[in-house]
Amino acid sequence: MYQLVKDFFNGLWNENPTFKMIIGMCPTLAVTTAAMNGIAMGLATTFVLVFSSLLISLLRNFIPAKVRIPCYIIVIATFVTVVDLFMAGYFPAMYKILGLYIPLIVVNCIIMARAEAFASKVTPMRAIADALGMGLGFTWAITLIGAVRELMGSGTLFGFPVFGENVTRWVIMLLPPGAFITMGVLLGIMNLLTRRGVKNTQCH
Amino acid sequence: MKELLLIIAGSVLVNNFVLSRFLGECPFLGVSKKLETAISMGFATTFVLTMTSVATYFIQFYILEPFGLSRFLQIVSFILVIASLVQLVEMVILKTSPALYKALGIYLPLITTNCAVLGLALLIAIKRYNLIQSIAFGLGAGIGFTLAMALMAGIREEMEFGDVPEALRGVAIVLITAGLLSMAFLGFSGLIPM
Repeated sequence: MYQLVKDFFNGLWNENPTFKMIIGMCPTLAVTTAAMNGIAMGLATTFVLVFSSLLISLLRNFIPAKVRIPCYIIVIATFVTVVDLFMAGYFPAMYKILGLYIPLIVVNCIIMARAEAFASKVTPMRAIADALGMGLGFTWAITLIGAVRELMGSGTLFGFPVFGENVTRWVIMLLPPGAFITMGVLLGIMNLLTRRGVKNTQCH
Repeated sequence: MKELLLIIAGSVLVNNFVLSRFLGECPFLGVSKKLETAISMGFATTFVLTMTSVATYFIQFYILEPFGLSRFLQIVSFILVIASLVQLVEMVILKTSPALYKALGIYLPLITTNCAVLGLALLIAIKRYNLIQSIAFGLGAGIGFTLAMALMAGIREEMEFGDVPEALRGVAIVLITAGLLSMAFLGFSGLIPM
């Protein structure tokens, strides 16, 4: 039980995919023009992560080592298709905003990295705990980035106005440069908080 | 002809895959430390992107759509095609030019998980380009990717000697630099009439 709790919290902070491992940057930078997008993208990724980790963990003794990567890709792509159709059916407005980046969850390095490094080696329970932690860690991180960009770029938070009409909006925060700069500054702040050197990106 | 040039210029400068569409961030942040490797990676990716554009064009418009499978099998079939294409490219390069294979070696298989490749395939399906337009789009995407990689690697090589604040060292300063690069690329946005 203790092990499961440890696996879960690992992804939330110690090995946070966004701020510590710096993987899965494409959706992190692309969809975070508003905090709500961050939550939606985060939860979609969490869903795929949990179910593909579970399945890969269950199949870990059946998948031959040589063809494991294509096998993982098929499992992941199947769940991404599920999310894609689900979002298109039930949340068409959000689906339009996230658009291309929902199918691109397939190539999100977080999922592949967890499948390869964790889920393929442990019991299904541990794989789920780890996937939930990683997914929620990714969710809070991109929601934070989305909140910062939304607050500065459009003066709102989760759609509610925060700043008055007189405050100048920094439109650049909603444009691509804002994504890079926000992420860079937040990463710097995280490094200050933890006082640890940045690891190199270990994407693939 | 003019339309093709517009597609290429659009994907290289205006909607650069890395700096404005946010596709292919991983190699952009990960393998942009040295100019030489960055450019090799750029060329390998360009090659795969161009091949992918041809392959996915035929799959989307001659297999998936006529049989009404596009909604369910698009993601799975595209990613499989890309993975096998990368494998094929790897084998061909190994047979024809071992020197090039050695130079690209480790980066080749990684191209499968580069979101620029799957992103390109999906964009071709969304934009409904014809064959020639798809090839131009793939080529432009590759050139744009190579350009961004080369620019970033050049800056990073210079930055080695700079006095970067401790907290920002590593990826953080690279991201901020990418932000400034992306801001510079915003200047191209008027280049193509919408």
